[in-house]
Amino acid sequence: MENISGTNILDEVTQGDYKFGFYTDIENDTAPRGLTEDTIRFISAKKEEPEWMLAFRLKAFRHWLALKEPEWAHIHYPAINYQNIIYYAAPKRKEFASLDEIDPELLETFNKLGISLDEQKKLTGVAVDAVIDSVSVKTTFQDTLGKHGVIFCSFSEAVHNHPELIKKYMGSVVPYTDNYFAALNSAVFSDGSFCFIPKGVRCPLELSTYFRINAANTGQFERTLIVAEDSSYVSYMEGCTAPMRDENQLHAAIVEIVAMDNAEVKYSTVQNWYPGDKNGIGGVYNFVTKRGLCKGNSSKISWTQVETGSAITWKYPSCVLMGDNSIGEFYSVAVTNHYQQADTGTKMIHIGKNTRSTIISKGISAGKSNNSYRGLVKILPAASNSRNFSQCDSLLLGDKCGAHTFPYIQARNETSIVEHEATTSKISEDQLFYCKQRGIDTEKAIGLIVNGYAKEVLNKLPMEFAVEAQKLLAITLEGSVG
Amino acid sequence: MLLNIKNLHVAINGKEIIKGLNLGVNQGEVHAIMGPNGTGKSTLAAAITGREGYEITQGEIWFKGKNIIGMPAEVRANEGIFLSFQYPVEIPGVSMTNFMRTALNAKREYKGLPSIPAGEFLKMMEEKKNLVEIQSKLTNRSVNEGFSGGEKKKNEIFQMAMLQPSLAILDETDSGLDIDALKVVAKGVNELRSEDNAFIVITHYQRLLDFIVPDFVHVLFDGKIVKTGGKNLALELEEKGYEWIKDQYLANSEV
Repeated sequence: MENISGTNILDEVTQGDYKFGFYTDIENDTAPRGLTEDTIRFISAKKEEPEWMLAFRLKAFRHWLALKEPEWAHIHYPAINYQNIIYYAAPKRKEFASLDEIDPELLETFNKLGISLDEQKKLTGVAVDAVIDSVSVKTTFQDTLGKHGVIFCSFSEAVHNHPELIKKYMGSVVPYTDNYFAALNSAVFSDGSFCFIPKGVRCPLELSTYFRINAANTGQFERTLIVAEDSSYVSYMEGCTAPMRDENQLHAAIVEIVAMDNAEVKYSTVQNWYPGDKNGIGGVYNFVTKRGLCKGNSSKISWTQVETGSAITWKYPSCVLMGDNSIGEFYSVAVTNHYQQADTGTKMIHIGKNTRSTIISKGISAGKSNNSYRGLVKILPAASNSRNFSQCDSLLLGDKCGAHTFPYIQARNETSIVEHEATTSKISEDQLFYCKQRGIDTEKAIGLIVNGYAKEVLNKLPMEFAVEAQKLLAITLEGSVG
Repeated sequence: MLLNIKNLHVAINGKEIIKGLNLGVNQGEVHAIMGPNGTGKSTLAAAITGREGYEITQGEIWFKGKNIIGMPAEVRANEGIFLSFQYPVEIPGVSMTNFMRTALNAKREYKGLPSIPAGEFLKMMEEKKNLVEIQSKLTNRSVNEGFSGGEKKKNEIFQMAMLQPSLAILDETDSGLDIDALKVVAKGVNELRSEDNAFIVITHYQRLLDFIVPDFVHVLFDGKIVKTGGKNLALELEEKGYEWIKDQYLANSEV
């Protein structure tokens, strides 16, 4: 009797629409549809890249041609026609001396996104590198960062201004041979962010990148590289949205992090790419390779992600714990609704001695969606006294969605300890009624309960991101209100 | 009249539980509803508060001059109906503070008022916590999570104090309480009693009524109120049990 109408309520409140589906009409400078060596030369030429960069791209492209798209994930989608995608779209005007010169529509887009590039950001202590479609539009606060020797700029600028660093680190964590999508990204990546924290520096600002796919039929292939030298610290935030479109858009990004001795990098993501409509039409295909290398002793890399968007999410932010005593962390909330599919998790590769890793994964499935956790914990023979703790929880809303857990554990060192816990639960009608009896309507109640469930992960996010993530969780699962 | 229930029939999964119940409650009154298990006491609470799955097959429930049948549970709550749950549910990860602020602001929004300022809210929390002798740290914990039986019931009364309803239904608030906790809960209720509000105290035992003295005592049996009296009726029930009422009722219905 408790559940008589519970399913209906959940059906209703999980029928919400995407709130960020606006399209900005900006003149684009685009590459012809399709992918050949000419496309790559076009991109490289547009970006006035040095010869070594083009050589890298072409090597990756030739390798990609020899690869097959992976099929092992628990996701289903029609074959992607890689020749029907536009691989490069840049807003036509490129030089901006001040915000006044930026296309007002673009600024309006940023306002809709709730991010501002103006001086207000100074007050909140956030430096933003905004990547819209493919070119980094404006990077703020380089002056402040410059004083501390921190480099934070678009990837293209870094290719020109810091070629030695790019040559040294690009591909050192995710080589172009890593997987199908990494090879594709290495061939066609359009822009992204580069961040370098010198020895002993604690980055004075939280760094933030906002990605957004705008033009129709464009893929976004950004690349992020973060290098933290000895005893440095940086907290890096990445947010993503995309306008509503009927066709599927491809996003295949690479994020590489290198942490040297005693360095710490905290990487937070709020991913809200367009998930498709209620019937599963449209939406972003998100195939992302994110990996951090704890190269130095006692280094630490921590991934925190809130994934609410994309029609398909294929993403495993990982840590390679090479340095002794290094630490890897993965905190994730992944929400799927309607016909969304997520296959996400992490890999913790323990190589050094006394390395530790923590995995907290909270999956929330609603509608007719499928949500899978896939995680690998690998302890290599030399990783004595290593420890891993994994906790994978699933929350189901309604009875037409799926939650799956695929944990892989490979322990090849006897002195190591690996723990894995998993739970599956549902929002109970009792909890909903308790909230309603206190005057809280169903939608707010679900937001409250889901945020409570995800709290352990949300607490790991930087403050202003946590607020945004909370709202997003509620919006994703709520109906048309809010 | 604050609450006026006329010829109420309630069914669960097609089975009739409440079978023609009448009850009138005025402001300033405390009504006790007693009766053996399974006679429909909690079903009555569910019907008044608008819980889904309870089908009103016949009758009317008037509250503040509106027939509230069909009104969503949260609207009834915001209109001023409060239920102190027999088994308060746990909501992991949601702090009492956050929960209470959300509830209070929902009520204010319903009344067209702005959100409560943080300072005022915290002051109010302190004041009401003292009323039911709740330890400060309890409100930082998740809603009812890991609370003892007594703490859960005190927490219900605390929420009642925060939301200031015009009608509060206490569903077996005394169950699972030791005498000290019972006194604290009763003290909280008594301090909240006023000329403007009313209470329906659902209980199995007379014990609670020593501390919360009712104006009326109703005996619920077979889905109907079969006997109504003053506070002494509770004492009589305590002494003689429910059997004599059952016998009386069955004898009458056979006639």
